Amino acid sequence: MRIQKYYQDVVVMVLVMMVLSLSAVPAGAQGSTPSDDQVNEIARELYCPVCENIPLDTCGMEVCEQWRGVIRDKLSEGWTKEEIKAYFVSQYGDRVLGEPPRRGFNWLVYVVPPVVFVVGVYLLYKGFRSWKSQDDDRLLEAERAADQGNADEEYLSRVEEELRGRE
Amino acid sequence: MIANIGFGALFIALITALYGVAAAIYGERSRKAAWVDSARQAMALSFPLLTITVAALLYLLLTNHYEIAYVGEVSSRSMPVYLKMTALWGGQSGSLVFWSWLLAGFASAVTLGKWDRDREFLPWVIVVTLVTLAFFLILSVFFENPFARLWQLDREIVTSFFRPVGALPFVPRDGRGLNPLLRHPGMIIHPPMLYLGFVAFVIPYAFAIAALITGRTDDRWIQLTRRWTLWAWLFLSLGLVLGARWAYDVLGWGGYWGWDPVEISAFMPWLAGTAFLHSVMIQEKRGMFKQLNMVLIILTFDLVIFGTFLTRSGVLSSVHSFAQSAIGPLFFVFISATLAVSLGLLINRWNDLSSRNELKTFLSREALILFSVLLFMGILVTSFWGVIFPLISELVTGQKVTVGPPFYERATGPLFGGLLLLLGICPLSAWGYSSWKTLRKLVWLPFLISLAAAAAALAGGIRQWQAILAFWLVGFSFSVLIYELIRDALARGRRYEQNVFDSLWGLLKRNQRRYGAIVIHLGVVMMALGVIGIESFQTETQATIPEGGRMELASYTMTYQSLETFNTNDGRNVARAVVSVAKNGQLIDELYPRRDFFFDSNQQVTIPGVRSTLVDDLYIILIDWKAISQEGATFKVFHNPLVKWLWIGSWVFILGVVIAAWPERKSKKIRKSKPVPQGGMLS
Repeated sequence: MRIQKYYQDVVVMVLVMMVLSLSAVPAGAQGSTPSDDQVNEIARELYCPVCENIPLDTCGMEVCEQWRGVIRDKLSEGWTKEEIKAYFVSQYGDRVLGEPPRRGFNWLVYVVPPVVFVVGVYLLYKGFRSWKSQDDDRLLEAERAADQGNADEEYLSRVEEELRGRE
Repeated sequence: MIANIGFGALFIALITALYGVAAAIYGERSRKAAWVDSARQAMALSFPLLTITVAALLYLLLTNHYEIAYVGEVSSRSMPVYLKMTALWGGQSGSLVFWSWLLAGFASAVTLGKWDRDREFLPWVIVVTLVTLAFFLILSVFFENPFARLWQLDREIVTSFFRPVGALPFVPRDGRGLNPLLRHPGMIIHPPMLYLGFVAFVIPYAFAIAALITGRTDDRWIQLTRRWTLWAWLFLSLGLVLGARWAYDVLGWGGYWGWDPVEISAFMPWLAGTAFLHSVMIQEKRGMFKQLNMVLIILTFDLVIFGTFLTRSGVLSSVHSFAQSAIGPLFFVFISATLAVSLGLLINRWNDLSSRNELKTFLSREALILFSVLLFMGILVTSFWGVIFPLISELVTGQKVTVGPPFYERATGPLFGGLLLLLGICPLSAWGYSSWKTLRKLVWLPFLISLAAAAAALAGGIRQWQAILAFWLVGFSFSVLIYELIRDALARGRRYEQNVFDSLWGLLKRNQRRYGAIVIHLGVVMMALGVIGIESFQTETQATIPEGGRMELASYTMTYQSLETFNTNDGRNVARAVVSVAKNGQLIDELYPRRDFFFDSNQQVTIPGVRSTLVDDLYIILIDWKAISQEGATFKVFHNPLVKWLWIGSWVFILGVVIAAWPERKSKKIRKSKPVPQGGMLS
């Protein structure tokens, strides 16, 4: 079932490409032929809707190669990066973008993790306040002792004490 | 015949597991120890039974029994023996059986332990482990049977274990062969490691649930499972690292981690498990935050099942394919049920688990560990949300979206940075109390040294503030860890009049946990260096050049010398280019990027030519070529600075885990834990 859908997708896309390539202005008509690097720079930010989660610049499928061809053609026609990306979105939907566009329902993807994290920080902060010992005198005393004692000796006995404890 | 034996053993293993669950519950409820012992025997039996199943499947794979549908899917005559063996986990139904077999191995091992002092845990550990095993066995027996055969029925080929009425056996001449992408050493060891890590986490979870049910909520379950957890963590880490290495070597996109949902599904249990490993120390040392540990181990377990669900149910490609797959909804039910039961038990025991939490300062060891748990959880929430959002979007709006690397990198980058900083401060802080005043005395020297790292980055022409900050963080954490090692060694050396190396060795032998942890963290810092290098400074170029033509990237000049195509006797057509590499006009290397086309599966794999040094990797991919024409070949070249440190760091990391998890020489009885006021990093 899925395979069938997949082939349908491929066939539809190939047809779209063919129509596009027929209607396209010959490459180089409005500028020099774009380099592979220029094409990849845009392709990197687009995702193939056929192969899951593979950026267009690395996808080895034939249909993706044709897509890169479309980018090349558009570039040589003088289109900008944003225009080309918008074109692909209009053709194949938001899923071709590496991230959901920031609008409507999609905002959730950006908002939820920071909100959860901030709630976590707040809970931890609240916890700290309630967990913090009231006995500040003891702390001060301990600090004073640490200040006065020979740090090295103290550290060594700490290590030794711990090692003794393990035996 | 062999298939029947394999399936028979699989079926008996399921019956035995179900019996074990029933016997354990009955024995516990009616206080009849003999029933619990019987359940224990049932659990011990699961491993030998599933070993028969796995052996049968291996036999069928090795002897080309293509009438078995699974064998035909993942194996072919031209595949070498070692690949036929790895085909065991090369497809869906094989992986599920393999998963069960590994779990059975751990389950059987658990029954061999001494239980005299912890008998009350036994029935519940058996129940939890065998319920999990039974779930996976049900999937194999009823939905993904690896022994199902091919039959010809009315000109159609159908798959069924038992012969359908009127059907004739169908035996294809050859199989389709393993997906060529999976024919790589990294991919051969990667899945078993990942699965081992996954299933090993079932054991600490089982003990945690046993502790919740029995009400024995002291540290005992943590002590009993500490080593299990470490081994689980080791295997999971190894699985992730090998997967990354495989991606780098085979996938041909110049990277090692693409924030792909499949990668993330293995990374999430690792994050929760890592947070758990750290937070249990607070309980062991200070007797605090018992509830947190329960939450984390429950989370780890359910993420293990969730990860398996994500990769096995087809849900990632579409929520609709999830609904169509037979096992997807079952996984969903199992995850929901275990989560609900675990959380129900936890809420029931919430008050018993409460302890007098006391944090004196923000800089005490336990406070810093809590911060790190928070950061791990932050990365986990981001990863989880990023993976499921496309599914939610598809359900709610009908629109599929892609959540790709830019999202994850931006959201988790600062959190990883925070972890790196904590990794540097934590070893210097003490349990119980630590204030800025006490910390200051220790931190100034590593801090000064770390400034050198930032200065070196600046002097090297780096101007991105994030990269400079990251290099400083790496320098800081590294200096602290080395400083700790030297300080310990010198202190011990002085006391016992030993040289630094003897005293280091002595320390290592006497406190594997602490020094294992230092080695692990050194590995993490090295890995961070590699990640920063490739993420911040990777450059690439692509061009089509004729023979003798040149490409330039960073300070390298690549010259396309020649290309040859030939067939191999293991069923491949290879196109192999020869590219010479020069730096500053000097010829320094020759690389052979190639593309292998596999006849049996009709698929191709791009193997990059890589020149790897401690400073940078030059990574060349053969994209395309035109035979017999002057157009030449298309190459894509990546320059990946410092990435080798990622791999070196990984091995240092693994070494550290082995040190920490290695059985201590003297067998010591585990004592009832007492909170110790101060101590080492993992001690």
